[in-house]
Amino acid sequence: MSKHKMKSQTIPALTMVGPVTLWLAFFVAIPLLYVLVMSFCSLDSHYNVQFQFTLDNYRRLFDANYVQIYLQSLLIAFLTTLICIVIAYPFSFIIARTLSKKKAILYMLVIIPFWTNSLIRIYGWRTFLGTNGWLNNTLQTLHLTGAPIEFLFNRGTTVLGMVYCLFPFMVLPLYTAIEKLDTNLLEASSDLGARGKTTFLKVILPLTASGIFSGSIMVFIPCLGFFFVSDILGGGNADVIGNLIERQFQSGNNWPLGAALSIILIALTLLLVKLYQKCGGDMDSLGV
Amino acid sequence: MSRQSKRGVKKVSSIIFCTLVYLFLFLPIIVIVVNSFNATTSKPYLSWKGFTFDWYMKLFDNTALLSSFGNTILIAICSTLLATCIGTIAAVGMYKYKFKGKSAIDGLLYIPVVIPEIVLGISLLTLFTNTHIPRGVLTLVLAHTTFSIPYVIFNVRARLSGYDNSIEEASMDLGANRIKTFFNITLPVLAPGIGGGALLAFTLSIDDVIISYFTNGQTKTYPLKVMESIKSGVAPDVNALSTLILLGTVVLVILTQSGIFTKNKQ
Repeated sequence: MSKHKMKSQTIPALTMVGPVTLWLAFFVAIPLLYVLVMSFCSLDSHYNVQFQFTLDNYRRLFDANYVQIYLQSLLIAFLTTLICIVIAYPFSFIIARTLSKKKAILYMLVIIPFWTNSLIRIYGWRTFLGTNGWLNNTLQTLHLTGAPIEFLFNRGTTVLGMVYCLFPFMVLPLYTAIEKLDTNLLEASSDLGARGKTTFLKVILPLTASGIFSGSIMVFIPCLGFFFVSDILGGGNADVIGNLIERQFQSGNNWPLGAALSIILIALTLLLVKLYQKCGGDMDSLGV
Repeated sequence: MSRQSKRGVKKVSSIIFCTLVYLFLFLPIIVIVVNSFNATTSKPYLSWKGFTFDWYMKLFDNTALLSSFGNTILIAICSTLLATCIGTIAAVGMYKYKFKGKSAIDGLLYIPVVIPEIVLGISLLTLFTNTHIPRGVLTLVLAHTTFSIPYVIFNVRARLSGYDNSIEEASMDLGANRIKTFFNITLPVLAPGIGGGALLAFTLSIDDVIISYFTNGQTKTYPLKVMESIKSGVAPDVNALSTLILLGTVVLVILTQSGIFTKNKQ
């Protein structure tokens, strides 16, 4: 390439990529680096962040109460991901294999509920499951139970809320992977004598594994941070890491500790994404 | 069991299964819509007191709720415009030119997508407090633009993967300059990708809870207003507004989708 051509490309390249670079540097890179720095800072007597190096925040991360919440958070995320796979896989399979005209409608029906604000839908679950909610009223009218049952405010209802919020993020990649599946391969497999179960395990599952992986990443990671779901449906009995961070930045007012907790979340995310890439996952399929 | 009846059982069971999944997805929506017609006036607005249209009428007197909805729309429009402009230009630039640090920009783009929203929320909060930018509509627009840019870029990039560079060269050979070529040749080809990215950015902005929660200051968006009302029990007028928004989006999307589908099929 001639020197002249190189130069003639520098200016358009700069004007096109410059704005996004500055934006990402200022609103993503610098703030995250600052959070890292802050996680090593201490607080003065007025709860202001003080630039004095300390490892105290990281020491506090090993507090037994916190460790218990990390484990609970991972358990909730794991159960949510598992339930999403188990329901979304056959579901995506059925809608992806439906004949053309109905397919678009069935697909749209998965998306439509998500045009209503997620908070109010989660609250809808609370209205439905509450002690004087619809379900309890129905059970009592049918004389199936005398006193109202407390369904709410535990890990189970938190998982329910998480599954509800994140279900489409499992359906979308699975649907894409299943739709790409070549029917000739399935026929070839059965022509060669494979039974349904063998075809599924040896042909269908490996070919759609990428969808399961990207779906799992898109469900598992947000689960760790969705503090409003555990607030509304868990009632403080099923906190996730997000709740711990939220408290430090709002009522707790200990930003350095909140920053250290965020670093855990960032580290976990990086670890999971690395694992995903190791399994051959494509980063672009995470963007929906 | 004969083969045909076996297939019949399979079909019926898959219909039942799908119906249950859809029931699960729509149950809270049904609760919202039904409660928007609930005549109850006492907190926490749970017991059914009969059917009424009152809440839809009263909605127009609730200026705080309506202005929060206005804020949501304003922020969504501003952040979508900003993200779409920056994102589209960046996607084209990153596709056409090779330069140092490209992979670093790529890496930065994935951060807002994969990282839990709360981390982006608190990091923007610390940025805005340290730079003394007063939190309000402006900071909400900046925050929403930040998480929208990657989605616009990914959508435009997907459209670019089949893009033929020679039509641009042809345009320049015929005497058009770079800017003219960009608007007359590049943009129309990329339009569906840009539209898809913008629609996604708009939807994400309207529904955002977590990042707005940390960057709003005193300004309330509609989701934050809902969050506030949850503490005392969601009033039926909030349900009424949600029902109207849902109805509005369904109509809007049916209209635009049918338009896009016919264009794509040609």
